[in-house]
Amino acid sequence: MSAEVQIKCRNIWKIFGDNPKRFMKRHKGAPTPEALKEAGYIGAVQDVSFDVHAGEILIIMGLSGSGKSTLIRCITRLNDPTAGEMEYEGRDLLKVSERELIDIRRHKMGMVFQSFGLLPNRDVLENVAFPLEVQGMDKAERVQRAKDMIELVGLQGRESYFPRELSGGQQQRVGIARSLAVEPDIWFLDEPFSALDPLIRAEMQDEFMRLQQKLKKTIVFITHDFEEATKLADRIGIMKDGRMVQLDTPEQIVLNPADDYVAEFARNAPRERIVSVGTIMKPIDPSAEGTVLVSEKIGSVAQQVLTANRPMGVVDEAGQIIGSVTREDVATTIFTRDAA
Amino acid sequence: MTEVTASTFQSESSQGVKMPSYWGVVFGITLLALIFHYVSPGVLPDRWWPEWEIPAEEWLTTRIEWLKSEATIFGIAFKDITRAIGEGLKAPVKWAEYVLYRGHANMSWIWLTVILASVVTYFSTLRNGLIAAVLFLTPILMALFFGDAAPESITSLPKMLSDGLKGIGAKALYGPIPWVAIAAGVIILGHWIGGWRLALLCAFTMLYLAVFNVWKDTMRTMTIVVVAVPMAAFVGVVLGIWVTRSKIAARIITPIFDLMQAVPHMAYLAPVAALFALGPVTALIATVVFAMPPMARCTILGLQTVPEEIVESGKMSGCTRRQLLWKVALPSGKRTLMLGVNQVVMQTFAMVVIASIAGAQGLGHKLLYSLQQLKLGTAIELGIAISVVAIVLDRLTQGYANKETDHFAVAKTWAQRHKHMLIFLVILVLSYIAAIWFRDVTIPPSKLTYTGAEGKVTLFDPKVLARWMDGGIREFNKNAFDYINPIRDWVTLNFLIPVRNFFLWMPWPVFVFVVGAAAWRYGGLSVLLLCLALMASFIVTGFWVETMKTTYLVLIATLLCVIIGVPLGVWAARSERVANILMPICDTLQTFPSFIYLIPAIMLFRVGDFANVFAIIPYATVPAIRYTYLGLKRIPEVTVEAAIANGTTKRQRLWKVELPIAIPEIMLGLNQTIMMALAMTAITALIGSTDLGQEVVRSISTQNFGRGILAGFFIAALGIIADRIIGSWADERKKQLGIG
Repeated sequence: MSAEVQIKCRNIWKIFGDNPKRFMKRHKGAPTPEALKEAGYIGAVQDVSFDVHAGEILIIMGLSGSGKSTLIRCITRLNDPTAGEMEYEGRDLLKVSERELIDIRRHKMGMVFQSFGLLPNRDVLENVAFPLEVQGMDKAERVQRAKDMIELVGLQGRESYFPRELSGGQQQRVGIARSLAVEPDIWFLDEPFSALDPLIRAEMQDEFMRLQQKLKKTIVFITHDFEEATKLADRIGIMKDGRMVQLDTPEQIVLNPADDYVAEFARNAPRERIVSVGTIMKPIDPSAEGTVLVSEKIGSVAQQVLTANRPMGVVDEAGQIIGSVTREDVATTIFTRDAA
Repeated sequence: MTEVTASTFQSESSQGVKMPSYWGVVFGITLLALIFHYVSPGVLPDRWWPEWEIPAEEWLTTRIEWLKSEATIFGIAFKDITRAIGEGLKAPVKWAEYVLYRGHANMSWIWLTVILASVVTYFSTLRNGLIAAVLFLTPILMALFFGDAAPESITSLPKMLSDGLKGIGAKALYGPIPWVAIAAGVIILGHWIGGWRLALLCAFTMLYLAVFNVWKDTMRTMTIVVVAVPMAAFVGVVLGIWVTRSKIAARIITPIFDLMQAVPHMAYLAPVAALFALGPVTALIATVVFAMPPMARCTILGLQTVPEEIVESGKMSGCTRRQLLWKVALPSGKRTLMLGVNQVVMQTFAMVVIASIAGAQGLGHKLLYSLQQLKLGTAIELGIAISVVAIVLDRLTQGYANKETDHFAVAKTWAQRHKHMLIFLVILVLSYIAAIWFRDVTIPPSKLTYTGAEGKVTLFDPKVLARWMDGGIREFNKNAFDYINPIRDWVTLNFLIPVRNFFLWMPWPVFVFVVGAAAWRYGGLSVLLLCLALMASFIVTGFWVETMKTTYLVLIATLLCVIIGVPLGVWAARSERVANILMPICDTLQTFPSFIYLIPAIMLFRVGDFANVFAIIPYATVPAIRYTYLGLKRIPEVTVEAAIANGTTKRQRLWKVELPIAIPEIMLGLNQTIMMALAMTAITALIGSTDLGQEVVRSISTQNFGRGILAGFFIAALGIIADRIIGSWADERKKQLGIG
């Protein structure tokens, strides 16, 4: 994983109540959950620190009320955090002026919303061109760009439809096209597929992966669906009661959950689609027959391994044998729900 | 909340000692006080002591006199300021008059401007067209503003043009827009907005106005409407935006709007008439002030109900604050804003009709005159005219608010997209040409005639019809009064008069105690203090008797409205067929200016309290019906289904499930009913009453504005007291039910 840090978040707090700033000061910037409760304040985000790496898909997962939506609104400064630091391109995002912030949003950030946030009075083309319009791009140019984006998300021919005339999936495509129109560096998605039917959701997830393979954006993606998180994420941050309890790759979260809360999610996760061969690989076994690729998920090699009479060799991308995998290992990983 | 109530209830019953309830105590004290007052009158005061009376009326009157004669602001006399505003507002009113029905030598100038501006606009940009229009209109505006004092060089150009046109005999161009063109314009607009059905309604209305010879009066009324609507809408939008952006503005303006909403139409006329001379300008200002709050409210509502995610998406798209308002929030709230315009138009129209008592010409003026002369035939003709115009205005503005954008229009040609406008322009030009030879094209004739071989034959004369109707009504009354009068007199003598006498006999501390007890129980200290202050205001200023007369009228009317309205609402909620008939009737009743309801009251019962109550009922029953209907309809289906599954009968379901859940909503309807009844008492004053409304009306004709302003305020005070107590009760109840 390339480790170039794009956004650095340190000790982010977002507290709702009468006078959060004063409350924070009184508790020296680190109130305990008990202190919050006693004073009647709500700690939506509590002391969260993490980095977003360039080109990665970072998924923030949590149930409703866990603070994930508040957190993404802090990073985008739709809600100003009560305390903390956020660095973007060497600048402290919390200290930039309103003008600068607008400028960053106009050129560097794109965001997709759960209920789409489309302007009801504008048709598809005008919605997609909207961010370009407010930054003052001239009409012919922005129409052209918007048309390209509409084609990218596969909505060509619907340019003059109004949001209410589109299905949910189509509306979200418009939302995606709009957020990409300014060619942002960082792409925020706030539960983009949660409002959609399961079938459409799966289709949109594939579409999302197709786009990302093409565009290679830095992505912060919010979801409450653990399966969606494991399917799309490079790394997953799990939030509970305003705190980030674990931030790791899907495999590590499934195999080594940090606490019971995470384990509860991990238990029902489709491990065969998350864990890769490399993770359960044993040292080289000379008696091995046949080979499987190290980066394959075990689900896709399970049949091969389980029907083989002997352990199978594991090879890396170059074809070099680097280990082995046995029937028992695969079966245990898939079927043991309470492992780890 | 519920837990607390449950436990207190338990502890009460477990103690075994029956504690008297709050209302039991209040009722007991009240009853004792009344018995005491009956046994030994004179101990409890029934009036405020005259030596302690606060002379608010004289104080206000002298203040107004002072404002009108001596007051200065920054060295400029206040009366000069009001005069300047009055003169400034006269100009647009005058122009609307010229265009709509009077005609003027400068009309030719307007047409030249319009043609020139459209040509310039067509060949260049909108901005250039506007500049051209302003340049060409300037001489006229100057001439208007400065009258004879305008420099000759400025007025000479329009004069030359007019003379020149007179020379070529195009006299028609001096006239107003021909009625044929206006009528066609309205019909075409109707078709554009609502298709053939609305076009037909417009056509019927236009025809009615022409045939019944009320065209000119309608245009007189519309003069103020067309000037007031844009002004009220503009001020309303600006104030609305301000309130949503500034907390201070919200804190100042919101309570003022609350007060303004409780003040009846009529009461707006007194303070305005105090500062400006009676006439169209007074009507205009009062109308704008009266019609503006709904626009502001709708703007606030429209801006505040924009979904959070749309605002956020605007921010993330990089909008500045200004772009967020103009490109995101306002367009998203467009529908609510347009409904605000609809309300402004309806309120304006209602107000202009009522403003007839402050010197506004037009339909209202004629109606008032014919009512006072008991020319009921004419009154009916005018009443229908006012009603149909109101319906057309309502349907047009509402239709426009709900109109969907035709996004397939891009594929059509320019002419196809603008066919409505093109047809109108053709009719406009043709009607002007026709007006050169036929006078009737400009203003409809007073009666329909036909000139044939045997000379002129009158086909239809509305005056004759009105006289015939007068005769009919007289004949009807002669016979019907044998039945109606005894009923009226019996109800008046045995029901109305005793209640009224009770209210006048009752010592004021008893009234204060009962109202205060309710305020304290439901609204707590703040509502109690507000209610005490409001009650004190009319008690200590010597308006107790008038206020009690209003209170009694409103209470009886409200009672009757509830008795009629709630069952109707329940019926509508149970049967779709009934709802489909009843709800449109309610909608229509609410579009009529309240003035209209006087006609049947006078027709059947002449004057008196019975007629007043009768006039209030159709106007004020509507909210009782509507809120009951909505309250029942909003009950979640599961709740009703659960009740069915539990084996309730229809009746049990209504009394044990549906009504208890809907009661907060029904109480809000009651609240509205009281408000509307209060507003209507001010109108019924026109056909004779002796309450606060009468004080308002009389103050305008006697120029005793201090008294009128106070009386208007006290009507509002009654409304606010009822609103706060009922509102707090409904809020509490809603919270208990978990539907707040």
